Amino acid sequence: MSTISTTDRTTDPDMDTGAPVNTGHLLRARRERMLSWVMPITLLVIAICLWEFLVWYNQVPKYLIPAPSLIAETLVRDFASLMASSWFTVRLTFLSLALAIVGGVLLGALFALSRPVELSLFPFAVILQVTPVVAIAPLILIYVDSTFAALLICAWIVAFFPILTNTVIGLRSADHNLRDLFAMYRASPWQRLRYLLVPSALPYFMAALRVAGGLALIGAVVAEFVAGTAGQHTGLASRIIESSFRSEIPRMFAALLLVSALGIVIFLLTSWVSHRVLGHWHESEIRREH
Amino acid sequence: MTGAPIIVLDRVSKNFGDVRAVEELSLTINEGEFITFLGPSGCGKSTALKMIAGLMPLTAGTITISAPTSDAEHDLGFVFQEPTLMPWASVFDNVYLPLRLADIGLGEATPRVREALREVGLTRFAEAYPRELSGGMKMRVSIARALVTRPRILLMDEPFAALDEMTRSKLNDDLVKLSDDHGLTVVFVTHSVFESVYLSTRVIVMAARPGRLVADTPLAAPWPRKEEYRTSLEFSTEARRISETLKGTLDVDDIDH
Ligand SMILES: Nc1ncnc2c1ncn2[C@@H]1O[C@H](COP(=O)(O)OP(=O)(O)OP(=O)(O)O)[C@@H](O)[C@H]1O
Ligand SMILES: [Mg+2]
Repeated sequence: MSTISTTDRTTDPDMDTGAPVNTGHLLRARRERMLSWVMPITLLVIAICLWEFLVWYNQVPKYLIPAPSLIAETLVRDFASLMASSWFTVRLTFLSLALAIVGGVLLGALFALSRPVELSLFPFAVILQVTPVVAIAPLILIYVDSTFAALLICAWIVAFFPILTNTVIGLRSADHNLRDLFAMYRASPWQRLRYLLVPSALPYFMAALRVAGGLALIGAVVAEFVAGTAGQHTGLASRIIESSFRSEIPRMFAALLLVSALGIVIFLLTSWVSHRVLGHWHESEIRREH
Repeated sequence: MTGAPIIVLDRVSKNFGDVRAVEELSLTINEGEFITFLGPSGCGKSTALKMIAGLMPLTAGTITISAPTSDAEHDLGFVFQEPTLMPWASVFDNVYLPLRLADIGLGEATPRVREALREVGLTRFAEAYPRELSGGMKMRVSIARALVTRPRILLMDEPFAALDEMTRSKLNDDLVKLSDDHGLTVVFVTHSVFESVYLSTRVIVMAARPGRLVADTPLAAPWPRKEEYRTSLEFSTEARRISETLKGTLDVDDIDH
């Protein structure tokens, strides 16, 4: 064993740097990771306590700003119905995101493959994107029977575009020398897609996924606002409107809290996926060592 | 040492729009030769190499590569100026790529990939990712990838141009050894007179606008080259001779700025 490794070491001056083994650095990384959780949470707790205190101290009426404790109470009291609404919004958001991914990737691949297709369809994608969804939503609600389907379409329109554009850019971003190399080794179109184009597109796709995740939620909330409380099963946004009509401010806050929580979950989820997929190689996910 | 013709270029021309990148290039490369293309920037060295590799259609002329005598899956290995590695794949997977594209399974490929890595001195770095390697090591991976299919011909486009002097001479020595061990025919593009004199059995000097062959100079020094050759009188004499030819190409053409 030693013969091989010693000859290796002497063959190249580059190699004296050795393999990256560094324990002090690992400890530091762990501490940094903990800090990145502990600090924001501590700050959040302090802010909530301050809020509670200020509301109590100034005797702010609950129809103006409810205390955190009251919001929590509302959350518990209306738990079943709020959860049903959350579930509605969650389904709406994730389904529209999933459809945006499927549609965006398929259409993006088509665009990347064929210039004429791109030139003829891209303007429509742009029109869809630049027209504010609030403006189209009422029409969609009229033309589509099922409220859920109508809401889904609205959220999809918002989330779809970044996936589409980034897939197109990503699939075209493969290094031209690598393309030549694949051509030289007579790679089949499938091999080229699998081993070159898709990996090259992944960083772009992941960036789009993070944006689209947030946009899907925004699209869902906006669409629900426009739809109002029309449907029987309604989401969190309709609960916010409904509570505002009835001046049930604590319930508004509770629903708002759940919307934010959903947004955070989506953010963490997409970040996690991105890290899992790109973490071992892409600059955007690599922690620099100093 | 050198054998039958392996690559024959017959009045090869290449135009890019109005630019005449290569004009009427005729050249016969024999088996076992180590040829360098030397010339100023823009004289069509890369273009000529890419045409030999079949990566670029010719405007006129023909390039013939003799039929392989062995049953190699692929005749050519190509090394680019940049390492051109896939950043998402480990060193092993990068070197495995040509075999994978030839539908060779991991079982059969693994010993060959390991062997190629051993030859370039990177046995211990099979699992590393390109970003963890130095410039010289990346270039070694690129060479291993080109050699893994056991090609007869190795085409290299200024592979060491971006490296420091020490790493470059080390890689030059290793390349001489590798090409000798494998009986490779090498076509090597460079800007450096010293590199071309040290490495090759024949220097092709090219000039720009239009890109053309101006001198075809065989070098007599015994091959494979030894370390001592670098400091020998013969080396500096040859280097001076090649420099003179090269100077001629610059005087005529490059006054338009
Ligand atoms: N894809 C291309 N499209 C248009 N013109 C090109 C293309 N590739 C090369 N050329 C032109 O052809 C000429 C020769 O280029 P080439 O890259 O072969 O030169 P080179 O000798 O390799 O130069 P360098 O030493 O700088 O790499 C140049 O004038 C260049 O501008
Ligand atoms: Mg070049």
